[in-house]
Amino acid sequence: MSSQGKYKWIGTRPDRPDGADKVTGRARFGADFSLPGQLVGKVLRSPHPHALIKSIDTSKARALPGVKAVITAEDFPEQANLIVPAGEMQVNLRDVTRNIMAREKALFEGHPVAAVAATSEAVAKQALALIKVDYKVLPHVIDVADAMKPNAPVLHDHLLTEGANPPATKPSNIAKRIEFAKGDAKAAFAKAEVVIEKSYTTQPVHQGYIEPHAALASATEDGQVQLWTTTQGHFQVRGFCSRLLDIETSQIRVTATEIGGGFGGKTVVYLEPLAIKLSQKAGKPVKMTMTREEVFRATGPAPGADMTVKLGATRDGRIVAASIRIDMQAGAFPGSPVGPAAMCSFACYDLDNVHIVGFDVVSNRPKVAAYRAPGAPISAWAVESTMDLLAQKLDMDPVDLRLKNAAKKGTKTAYGVTFGEIGMVQTLEAVKNSAHYRSAVKPGHGRGVSAGFWFNVGADSSAAAHVGEDGSVTVISGNPDIGGSRASLALMAAEELGIDYDKVRCIIADTASIGFNFVTGGSRVTFATGLAVVNSVRDMIREMKVRAAKIWGVDPDAVTWENGMAKPAGSNVGEFEPLTIAQIAAQAGKTGGPINGHAQLNVTGAGPGFGVHLVDLKVDSDTGQVTITRYTAAQDVGTAIHPSYVEGQLQGGAVQGIGWALNEEYIYSAGGKLQNPGFLDYRMPVASDLPMIETILVEVPNPTHPYGVRGVGEVPIVPPTAAIGNAIARATGVRMTDLPMSPPRLSEALDTAPARMAAE
Amino acid sequence: MAKIHVNTTINGAPTEFLCDANQTLLDVLRDSLGLTGSKEGCGSGDCGACSVMVDGRLVCSCLVLAVETQGAKIDTIEGMAGGDTLHPLQKKFIELAALQCGICTPGFLVASKALLEKNPNPTETEVRYWLAGNLCRCTGYDKIVTAVLEAAAEMREGAR
Amino acid sequence: MSDIQYHAPKTIKEAVKLLAASKGKGRILAGGTDLLVQMKSGAAAPGIIIDVKKIPEMIGVSEKKGAFTIGAATPAAALGEHKKLRKAWPGVVEAVNLIGSTQVQGRASAGGNLCNASPAADSVPALVSAGCVVNIAGPKGKRSVPVEKFNAGPGKTTLKPGEIVVSLTLPARPKKASDAYLRLIPRTEMDIAVVGVGVSLTMKGDTVADARVGLGAVAPTVLLVEKAAKALVGSKLDEAALDAAAAACSAACKPIDDKRGTIKYRTKIAGVLLKRAALIARDRVNGIEHRGHR
Repeated sequence: MSSQGKYKWIGTRPDRPDGADKVTGRARFGADFSLPGQLVGKVLRSPHPHALIKSIDTSKARALPGVKAVITAEDFPEQANLIVPAGEMQVNLRDVTRNIMAREKALFEGHPVAAVAATSEAVAKQALALIKVDYKVLPHVIDVADAMKPNAPVLHDHLLTEGANPPATKPSNIAKRIEFAKGDAKAAFAKAEVVIEKSYTTQPVHQGYIEPHAALASATEDGQVQLWTTTQGHFQVRGFCSRLLDIETSQIRVTATEIGGGFGGKTVVYLEPLAIKLSQKAGKPVKMTMTREEVFRATGPAPGADMTVKLGATRDGRIVAASIRIDMQAGAFPGSPVGPAAMCSFACYDLDNVHIVGFDVVSNRPKVAAYRAPGAPISAWAVESTMDLLAQKLDMDPVDLRLKNAAKKGTKTAYGVTFGEIGMVQTLEAVKNSAHYRSAVKPGHGRGVSAGFWFNVGADSSAAAHVGEDGSVTVISGNPDIGGSRASLALMAAEELGIDYDKVRCIIADTASIGFNFVTGGSRVTFATGLAVVNSVRDMIREMKVRAAKIWGVDPDAVTWENGMAKPAGSNVGEFEPLTIAQIAAQAGKTGGPINGHAQLNVTGAGPGFGVHLVDLKVDSDTGQVTITRYTAAQDVGTAIHPSYVEGQLQGGAVQGIGWALNEEYIYSAGGKLQNPGFLDYRMPVASDLPMIETILVEVPNPTHPYGVRGVGEVPIVPPTAAIGNAIARATGVRMTDLPMSPPRLSEALDTAPARMAAE
Repeated sequence: MAKIHVNTTINGAPTEFLCDANQTLLDVLRDSLGLTGSKEGCGSGDCGACSVMVDGRLVCSCLVLAVETQGAKIDTIEGMAGGDTLHPLQKKFIELAALQCGICTPGFLVASKALLEKNPNPTETEVRYWLAGNLCRCTGYDKIVTAVLEAAAEMREGAR
Repeated sequence: MSDIQYHAPKTIKEAVKLLAASKGKGRILAGGTDLLVQMKSGAAAPGIIIDVKKIPEMIGVSEKKGAFTIGAATPAAALGEHKKLRKAWPGVVEAVNLIGSTQVQGRASAGGNLCNASPAADSVPALVSAGCVVNIAGPKGKRSVPVEKFNAGPGKTTLKPGEIVVSLTLPARPKKASDAYLRLIPRTEMDIAVVGVGVSLTMKGDTVADARVGLGAVAPTVLLVEKAAKALVGSKLDEAALDAAAAACSAACKPIDDKRGTIKYRTKIAGVLLKRAALIARDRVNGIEHRGHR
């Protein structure tokens, strides 16, 4: 089912409004802003993964000519133990202030310990070299399993495992234990005809945005602050900086620059509070940018995890019991997405007996940040690989196995939510009927299938609309445009108004110029901000009908809105010519003044998304290299407002998943230092690695949105790793359990396979 | 050492600037000349976001010292559109949604233009290998490759 | 303001003089694709940068009686465009053209790749199998050295203070000869070689009359594996001969475990690539070109 033909504008593919700026280099991203007299800010970072900071002597740095300000943790107030949202994750402010600037301890290699602002980059670098930090190096721990051991070096003396039963009395690196249960999994496993259990690992991977973090702060004598930053949520930035620096939110005006990728990694702050503080101390604007190396050493990746999955089923493929245990890395401070990982584990399926246990574990690595459906791709690797093992054991088609157990309307998840209109079944069927699926698997190739789920989010959005004197319309919202959302918002506004897309101009306002908006993330902008835009336009239409009524001298209830014009509701109202927006606007002054609409809401009812991916690949059995020859990503996308950008989300997420599957990982030395903080050895997919990514947009409209919108951006990264692992298993007979499946690892697995299979 | 005075031609216009010996062309374009269209994604030649043409060769401007460009002819993204008409590649990128966040787009456009000048009829594989040095994290490359192939076809059509 | 000096001499004599006078603080700038990266990371901090791209002998390709002399600072892309060089030495050219991206190709040079002395340098195994000779100029005059003797260890060459690599000479080739370079990388492009193998063959009918094998990324310097070559000579590149040559390559490996590959993997791949490269070189002698990058 598609929305084609249903709407005039929605579902079409017009040019995005920021297109010309972006293809000419005119669009300005974070590092492209400058102010006269600005200073360069640079960060001094810990070379040790774990160390006590005994003292910091900044005197020589401060005395260096050209240095205008030096800051350490002393310049930031202590924060209470308070949990606040950071994009789709939750963070503790006490940890956030330490993450941006170390206090008692350096907790990861790259942890900021001081920062300077100077007249040039060269002077700033010299100043950093003059700062003397007295470290007492402590033993460090990197991997989850090691961090959970009883004798592991402990990062936080106060950290007692939350949710432990019996309650924890000794500090450890296990910050939290979570559990979800439905039915009685233990009993159901005992009765199952087939049981499969397997353990898996994944490694941390970085969001890999091509644009490093950048911020420009200008703090002036009147206590006001202006900040330009590349971020997914400038209101979030304002909120963090307000708390971290004890400045009123209305005194901070944040402009979101164009953003060169975020994927969740730019929903938190790193440089912004530092730049503001430096600017306050120096009395001049301060510009800070991260090098690529700093991005890798010190910004939140997605976590890695150790997992064990167990599935119990009847011989004809009905899953009767499912369990998972997830040990997930949080990095230096608690707060991994083990919760979402847990909740999404079995969300694709309608199961009666489920048991999920998760652990949030700290270790001496950068604190993790959200990465596109945080947590879900990790548990999906384990669950969807095990589904494939089950399909193989039952000699059942892997799509059919999933269809047999698919979640549908009325399915209650293990975390307590009951699904409304969802598209899991339709998406599976679309894959089954696809040209790709119907084509024969080529000789030497293997084919893999995998499914994935993400909740999608609603939350706060504010929007406004106003009419120019000539009838053209401006729509204002407050979400940075990461992937083309301005076009989608303009499409919805045009559809609602009944005017041409080209007559609608969509802009993104700063934090002073529009009401609060939650981040661009959670696959929420087209849904929630779209809804706010629609409501603000409806507000404006209501007002225009009132004006038309005034012009005609009739009751406002007697006016309708059709095709961009006010019309009498019926012939009995009177013989009046329809009034265009331009005509109404021309008389705005006489009929009541400027014509504006606005809306603000905290949106619930975000429709969850389901994706199913299909991949054909071949493996060079001598070298372990994988070549993907065909890839199809299918997903229930609600209504594809601008199909090109929806396809783009599926393709982009799929390719990130491919990188996660095949080559991306953090490589640490025995000394706890990152070995590959650059794009040379942190291997993201390049154009020659890939075929075209075919997409199938299944449209099951979300009933809670006027245009049926469902979030689409995050689901696509959830299925790829298992799809590839399943294809490799089908191609080679070898089941990989650890990511990434890089050539040396795959080669090793292939070479030892006969011995391993004999041993099993 | 005093700053070095360099005379060069950028996007067809004679341009002079002062620089240190160790400043890259990328630094100078962005910080001294206000040409911020070329981006720094990595500073080590691994991402292609800083791609420019120097004397007709596609290079990473982060790996060229500004001082080397004395007497050279430099072409950046800012010179790609002809007056107020976009280049066919630029038009195709917009039309086919070959950009999402847009940070890699200038690099891809400069690199693609260089490809089509050398090979007006590339295969999909040739496009992918030529552009392997341009990283994109948003699009998965699919629509970029399609846009380049379609622009190439259009340009061949226009040349006839 | 910085203290770094930049010079662009127009003659070799001038360049040598500058380098010698720099007392170890001078670095040669050809394509800059290694030097600038090292300067940025702090691994290199030259006081004087000597740009050799304005010296005529260091840029361009000349041919004399079948022997090619390649200016050390010639960009890789220019070598790829040289039809005669590509015809005579397809392995050398493809090796040089694998360094980095298209953008890097616009600048990187075979001389720079060689002098950077990474054990994994792409150009070197092919230069070794080609029997390349390195032409050096220094304060004491000129000298030439076989390429397999040029590097001393990771990041170390045998150049004496003040010496510069001016050009690389590839010897004249017998008629039925060709070469190939293969490397293993995790992706399809943009990676440093985990293993690199260069094979040059001279055929007499379907028998190998002469062979040279260069093996890279598996030892502190690129190796000339004479045992592997011996195993191929006199054979028809049958399974047994290839296996023997592959085993010789694996045996010659002295690799390390690092972020790009393990000892075990590299040792295995050395043999795998030898077999594949030898067959490609032989096929090229017979006018068969393998399309497809993997």
